[in-house]
Amino acid sequence: MNTEQAARRDPRWDLFFAPGMLVAALLLALIEAAKSPEPQMQIQAWTFLLAGIGVLVWTVRRYARGIPADDQSPYANDIVKAGVIASMFWGLAGMAVGLIIALQLAFPNLFYFPDLPFTNFGRIRPLHTSAVIFAFGGNVLIATSFYVVQRTCKARLAGGFWPWFVFWGYQMFILVAGTGYLIGVTEGREYAEPEWYADIWLTLVWVVYLLVFLGTIWKRKEPHIYVANWFYLAFIVTIAMLHIVNNLSMPVDLLSTKSYSAFAGVQDALTQWWYGHNAVGFFLTAGFLAIMYYFVPKRAERPIYSYRLSIVHFWTLIFIYIWAGPHHLHYTALPVWAQTLGMTFSIMLWMPSWGGMINGLMTLSGAWDKLRTDPVLRMLVVSVAFYGMSTFEGPVMSIKAVNSLSHYTDWTIGHVHSGALGWVGFVSFGALYCLVPWLWKRQRLYSNSLVEWHFWISTIGIVFYITSMWVSGIMQGLMWRAYNEFGFLEYSFVETVAAMHPYYMIRAFGGLLYLSGTVIMAYNLWRTARGDIRAAEPLALKPQLATA
Amino acid sequence: MADHKKEIDQHSGTETTGHEWDGIRELNTPLPRWWLWVFYATILWAFGYWILYPAWPTLTGYTHGILNQSQRDDVTKALAALKDQRQQAAAAFSNASLQQIEADPNLFTFAREAGKSAFGDNCATCHGSGAQGSKGYPNLNDDVWLWGGKLDDIQHTIQVGVRSTNPETRNSQMPAFGRDKLLEPAQIDDLTEYVVFLSGHQANQAAVTRAQPLFKEQCAVCHGDDGKGNREFGAPNLTDKEWLYGGTRADIHAQIVNGRGGVMPTWASRLDPVTIKALAVYVHSLGGGEQ
Repeated sequence: MNTEQAARRDPRWDLFFAPGMLVAALLLALIEAAKSPEPQMQIQAWTFLLAGIGVLVWTVRRYARGIPADDQSPYANDIVKAGVIASMFWGLAGMAVGLIIALQLAFPNLFYFPDLPFTNFGRIRPLHTSAVIFAFGGNVLIATSFYVVQRTCKARLAGGFWPWFVFWGYQMFILVAGTGYLIGVTEGREYAEPEWYADIWLTLVWVVYLLVFLGTIWKRKEPHIYVANWFYLAFIVTIAMLHIVNNLSMPVDLLSTKSYSAFAGVQDALTQWWYGHNAVGFFLTAGFLAIMYYFVPKRAERPIYSYRLSIVHFWTLIFIYIWAGPHHLHYTALPVWAQTLGMTFSIMLWMPSWGGMINGLMTLSGAWDKLRTDPVLRMLVVSVAFYGMSTFEGPVMSIKAVNSLSHYTDWTIGHVHSGALGWVGFVSFGALYCLVPWLWKRQRLYSNSLVEWHFWISTIGIVFYITSMWVSGIMQGLMWRAYNEFGFLEYSFVETVAAMHPYYMIRAFGGLLYLSGTVIMAYNLWRTARGDIRAAEPLALKPQLATA
Repeated sequence: MADHKKEIDQHSGTETTGHEWDGIRELNTPLPRWWLWVFYATILWAFGYWILYPAWPTLTGYTHGILNQSQRDDVTKALAALKDQRQQAAAAFSNASLQQIEADPNLFTFAREAGKSAFGDNCATCHGSGAQGSKGYPNLNDDVWLWGGKLDDIQHTIQVGVRSTNPETRNSQMPAFGRDKLLEPAQIDDLTEYVVFLSGHQANQAAVTRAQPLFKEQCAVCHGDDGKGNREFGAPNLTDKEWLYGGTRADIHAQIVNGRGGVMPTWASRLDPVTIKALAVYVHSLGGGEQ
């Protein structure tokens, strides 16, 4: 069946509707650009417009010479390749910004540029968090979910061109959100800073993502739905709900960037942390557990340890996680009963979280020897270990008495980064190291020893990062609460800040190591995609796992 | 291919579920016992906690729990206990004069501790955590005082502030001789040389001679004929080595042009008398206090 016949038999409506939706959004952006009196809105609208026009040009070029081969192959691969490249790009950008803000904290006199407001800590700190969580993490999730759902359902991605709408729409969201922070556009909501128009666009993109994913599962040729897909689905559905509720707000004017939240006071605080904590739970935990459930057994070539455990820990995790948010508001205006629920559900969450760790680690049984020879598998396994560590630390920190020491200190930052660098980062790196040779049809990576370097440099970086933040955070908490014999505070605030200086330097150094590892990885993946094999490392006799 | 035969995994001896996805199979291992028991234990603990502490919302309020704990009461009690602890020493303290406090080792220790704590949170922002000051903010460790270095002087400065909103504030204003065009640029250059000369440095003799009558006419009212300053106006001594806004020619020139003067808030409305007393003794004890 040639291209023309295929086109005649099955008209590609998706090729009209998906770009059509984009064009409609671009027209609205054009109105904003032309009519809004706010320079910031004009910049935002023009950014969106130019990016959208770029996407349209790309679309025309892709289909100019007929339907490309990738559109007719059993599995859509180009979009996963694009996701891998986007992940690498945003990962490097987000981690580099992280290093800059770490240096700003360690050396505020050297990295402070009052003439360049967009370099201010207050603007680039959300740029860092959004870039690593949503730009890097989000692209890894979209790319791997599109890869995994096709293989485990034995079905091509549903929706024809619509998955590309998800991919490009998501990149446009990132661009508008990130440049918005730099020019001072923000809702000031933790991990949800983008303003109302960017939120609406993301909602649209996310609903299409859900439909593409569901559509693919719908037409699967496997009788059962694989556990990784449950986790992906939980992640997509819950993030949609969290995003919509947390961002309910009223724009000051349809031509203005500014909007006001539907919630106020402590109700707003609770809504934000209901969102914030479940962004951790469903984006950074459920989503990346899905990655673990595919890539660990695949790489280890061993069956999943326990099917029953995967069912029980999935449903308990989903049910319990959604309650845990109030533990971010201990000892605040939040009623004490709500704090209690947040704390007790966090404690009950411990074992459901560890179910994923047990299934990840025990899947290795019978293949432990591979950890010696396969640094990619080692990276995946260490990520699961960090997952176990931070999902134990989390419940401990949610206990009110512990929280009264840890809250508002660097301990929280250390906790977040043991999860972010150790778990989310490493499991993503492991998946990307697997995907690049599979997608670009290479026998193996350009260099295994570069993976070794990446693994060790980044692992040491994480250790520097989290241990310095533990020490600094606990010291900070103890200094804040220290009284002398007469009942006066022992330390002034500025003395606690001064005491943290050495730890801030160690943290920045740890971040530098971690970023260096990622740069090594980007180089290795780029050479792999090009088809290079490092001369000093001849091909092994046994080729790597073949792609399906 | 999925859903065929359940088989026994060679390594673990466990049966698989018979499903397979893209080469991935699953073992049908039972839930680890320890995992399940710890999970049950956390649930039991949660129930126990709910019984003891405030936990669940109801239509009209919430369950208070057997212990009927209230964070508001807890913090009120903790603050009262703290106040109590401070009061024990503070009672004798508030009746004593500043001089008596300095003479009594117990009261003096109390003043140092309370003063250090209050200084860190209220004064260090401008004067530095070691009271070392910086450009425009006086160093409190040395024996140079703009408004007086005796215990009572210091206490009064803290109470009323400098150029503050307090009606009794310590107040004075050096004219901006250059900015407001009160003097010619050449005259300001001459005066700069004169001030350099006063502080004992090499200066242009011709300029110094020219500036002498000018200094008497414009500056001596506050700084004195000999340039040694006058604490009544907070006018600094120009003959020593300490400079509030810097001692280079350019700094001195800029000060004559702009007549800068800093603001210190009045603390009488923000801190209680005991704390202000403690602060006065603390600052006095830093090294340069006058008797």
